Amino acid sequence: MFSNPDLQKLLFGRLTLDAIPLHEPILLVTFAMVGLGGLVVLGGLTYFRLWGPLWRDWFTSVDHKKIGIMYIVLALVMLLRGFADALMMRAQQAMAFGDVEGYLPPHHYDQIFTAHGVIMIFFVAMPLVTGLMNFVVPLQIGARDVAFPFLNNFSFWMTVAGAITVMASLFVGEFARTGWLAYPPLSGPAMSPGVGVDYYIWALQIAGIGTLLSGINLIATIVKMRAPGMGMMRMPIFTWTALCTNILIVAAFPILTAVLAMLSLDRYVGTHFFSNDLGGNPMMYVNLIWIWGHPEVYILILPAFGVFSEITATFSRKRLFGYASMVYATVVITILSYLVWLHHFFTMGSGASVNSFFGITTMIISIPTGAKIFNWLFTMYKGRIDFDVPMLWTIGFMVTFTIGGMTGVLLAVPPADFVLHNSLFLIAHFHNVIIGGVLFGMLAGITYWFPKAFGYKLDPFWGKTSFWFWLTGFWFAFMPLYILGLMGVTRRVQHFDDPSLQIWFVIAAFGAFLILLGIASFAVTLVVSFLKREELRDVTGDPWNGRTLEWATSSPPPDYNFAFTPVVHDHDAWWDMKKRGYTRPLSGFQKIHMPRSTATGLILGVLSIVFSFAMIWYIWWLAALTFVALTVVTIGHTFNYARDFYIPVDEVVRTENARTALLAERV
Amino acid sequence: MSATSGDVDVRGSGREVHEEPGGHGSFRGYMTGFLLSVVLTAIPFWLVMADVLGNPRLTGIVVMGFAVVQIVVHMVYFLHMNTKSEGGWTILALIFTLTLVLITLVGSVWVMYHLDTNMMPADHGMHMPAPQSVPVEPGTAAPAPHQHQHQH
Amino acid sequence: MAAHSTAAFTADDFKGPGDTPVFHDAEGKHHPEGGTMLGFWLYLMSDCLIFAALFAVYAVLGRNYAAGPSPKDLFDLKLVALNTSMLLFSSITYGFAMLAMEKESQGRMQLWLAVTGLFGLCFIGLELYEFQHLIHEGATPQRSAFLSAFFTLVGTHGLHVSLGIVWLVILMVQVQMRGLGTENKRRLMCLSMFWHFLDVVWIGVFTFVYLMGVL
Repeated sequence: MFSNPDLQKLLFGRLTLDAIPLHEPILLVTFAMVGLGGLVVLGGLTYFRLWGPLWRDWFTSVDHKKIGIMYIVLALVMLLRGFADALMMRAQQAMAFGDVEGYLPPHHYDQIFTAHGVIMIFFVAMPLVTGLMNFVVPLQIGARDVAFPFLNNFSFWMTVAGAITVMASLFVGEFARTGWLAYPPLSGPAMSPGVGVDYYIWALQIAGIGTLLSGINLIATIVKMRAPGMGMMRMPIFTWTALCTNILIVAAFPILTAVLAMLSLDRYVGTHFFSNDLGGNPMMYVNLIWIWGHPEVYILILPAFGVFSEITATFSRKRLFGYASMVYATVVITILSYLVWLHHFFTMGSGASVNSFFGITTMIISIPTGAKIFNWLFTMYKGRIDFDVPMLWTIGFMVTFTIGGMTGVLLAVPPADFVLHNSLFLIAHFHNVIIGGVLFGMLAGITYWFPKAFGYKLDPFWGKTSFWFWLTGFWFAFMPLYILGLMGVTRRVQHFDDPSLQIWFVIAAFGAFLILLGIASFAVTLVVSFLKREELRDVTGDPWNGRTLEWATSSPPPDYNFAFTPVVHDHDAWWDMKKRGYTRPLSGFQKIHMPRSTATGLILGVLSIVFSFAMIWYIWWLAALTFVALTVVTIGHTFNYARDFYIPVDEVVRTENARTALLAERV
Repeated sequence: MSATSGDVDVRGSGREVHEEPGGHGSFRGYMTGFLLSVVLTAIPFWLVMADVLGNPRLTGIVVMGFAVVQIVVHMVYFLHMNTKSEGGWTILALIFTLTLVLITLVGSVWVMYHLDTNMMPADHGMHMPAPQSVPVEPGTAAPAPHQHQHQH
Repeated sequence: MAAHSTAAFTADDFKGPGDTPVFHDAEGKHHPEGGTMLGFWLYLMSDCLIFAALFAVYAVLGRNYAAGPSPKDLFDLKLVALNTSMLLFSSITYGFAMLAMEKESQGRMQLWLAVTGLFGLCFIGLELYEFQHLIHEGATPQRSAFLSAFFTLVGTHGLHVSLGIVWLVILMVQVQMRGLGTENKRRLMCLSMFWHFLDVVWIGVFTFVYLMGVL
């Protein structure tokens, strides 16, 4: 493009116009759709004059409730991208047999399965879990916010920055073709010299910073900011699972950071950590990344377990059975999750003694989970069960996740795993537990806490529709994969020679289509519920006759959550208050100390995106510039000591009086 | 909405907070820690540099032992580690972290030793030539002549 | 897990008239303790795990010399001993700074902080000298897995120390500007933890990398 190639290299690194994939029709269609969709959204925001409120009340907010909602919105948007990848793979695998090549050549297919995994784990599941914990935990413990509100905002924007970096790979350059864990030597400089793996590394490192800080934040919150009287064994069970999850986050993510940093050094500077020559050892990457990877899946599932505990107790109108054993089970899972990681690579030759050890620990770790299932069943036994949408998700989970867990125990047997490793059986297993466990749990949690966040319930009809499509869709999509796996079909393959396999793939594609309807129904649920919000309005703040403190305040809660800090005397603190004749105080309000909003988090997020882009494309001057800017903004932020303000008494009085009036109306 | 001076602490609960002072040091404490550390550093260096014990394996174990002791000294005298700080959460976090550090180190060495022993080519003339790595992009050194590393 | 409440008050501190339980803190008595010290400690624990991963890599790859130079060929233990003492001195001088802080002697504290910074700079300077010498001898990070692991582990520690020095300077400026208020004291205590933690990691480095390397 430039007449002077050196100047071009200096200014643009290895970025050229060729990096924009104008020759790929699928991507052109994606550009068009995203462009159109983007215009509609931006246009709508402008037309309805929402930029101001969006900036003031959401983007710069340090309020845990707003941040929690934004995380979930991010996750749902990224779900569409991740699921589009899934549909494309199902379609390809349903048609590509014998002479039929399908429409996705290997180099494209490989990027799709890599992106699918990365997005679903890091930008759907993690933000869903983080968002839910962010929204719920401070309310459940009777606090006004998390321990470090600014850090919370910053963490969110770092996650967004990571997501945008991944999405950018669609439009400029390419993504990694290595699978979601990017094993070397395939991900090393020799075999992946392009930008794909670099996009992967930077997206994860940036998002990882956000996640780690979020972990620290929530642990400090739970340890230090519980309402008086709420000892550890009186915390809601969701808060317990949140605590253990965040402990796992703080303990595991540093390993990921270190490993990806070493991979970057191999790629950028030519070190020999994971190379095939000069003493490198690619298996060390595999070893370390799974020391992170196994705790990661427990990070995803523990909050879901917490959600199901809350929902089961509430909708069975009974106290959760075996609270103490639930807590112990969660803690045991947390510790044991560090002793099983090798089961992800039984086949790599570590030998009988090592394999047996990890096989046994893997089987042991299923026991506390089993205990939890029994506790939920015993909670339901002799309860008066309300089959509302959250409870449907819970029952769907119990059936689905149990099967997935059992296939996990099967895989835990090393000789069995030698046959099934990296087959479609494995794919079916982990989708079984992630969809049946994490996703069902998150959708249950969203449905359950939606009225608290927005003041109206989600429409039950469309909620049930979404549930049934998801449940049946999951079973149609993944049961065939178990069969295919047992027959020896390998993962990550985009074409097959044996036509007798096709019927199973077609059934799986049908299942994917049903899930698409499930997702569409969920979108419809959101729209219809918004339109019918007056009909679905929650006036009391306690639409489900709940048991924990978040239901003690209004829906949505005021910025300060509670006008007076609650005082706790027992488990299920709100239930206890209701039973013992608690009356809401109508006067005596005081001014409330609150943290200020800030734009710093967003600015740092934007700078991180540009920095990552510059590093990926070797635009060194831009990388240096943004790095300096990041440093300056961070240091500058520490010079700002005025980060708080008081909500004046008359504003608190007005808010509380409005709620008093609303509650009186309903009577 | 009145701004307060930045020194008034705001925590997420929105209330004024009174910081519990962390563990305090004393002059004696710091000096004791310092002197102990000097001794615990000097001895290992001496043991190695002067080859005092004559046995590398034994020296290694002794030196590691000194390191562990010195780390404890630092924890107690400089970091004021105690079981009361933050209601016991500080030491709990430390114990949990050290456990994981141990698992990561011991686990990795154990696993990698087994992998290498079972899977690395044996050194009795039966190895296949390893693939030459193609030098690409910034900073990669030219591939050196190949040697098979027998890892222990 | 401790079963007792770490909240400042228990429910018994909120008794209503005639033994009726009180469910809200009407007087605003409850002030949760700040989470900064715990939060920073947790961050240090996560940093510890980054180093654990780097140590693990060094443990596994540290004997892969690729027919290149080994620790015996490269390490100058006298230099390492000197470096270690720089860091150890900086730890005690930071301790003195904290003692001065507790006595509200801002000037003395700033002095000791400056001395700490200087010791830290000596440490970094000596380390850079060592690195430069190694590279000059052909013992580059690209030469072998052992050297990749060495430079990364020791270099990451050095990077942390450098960031600590930058933080130190900024804090000295902030104390100069705003005095020793609650917030600045808290920051100084966090930096104290950070600084001593880096010395702890260095114990691991000089033992495991340098001393055991030449055995």
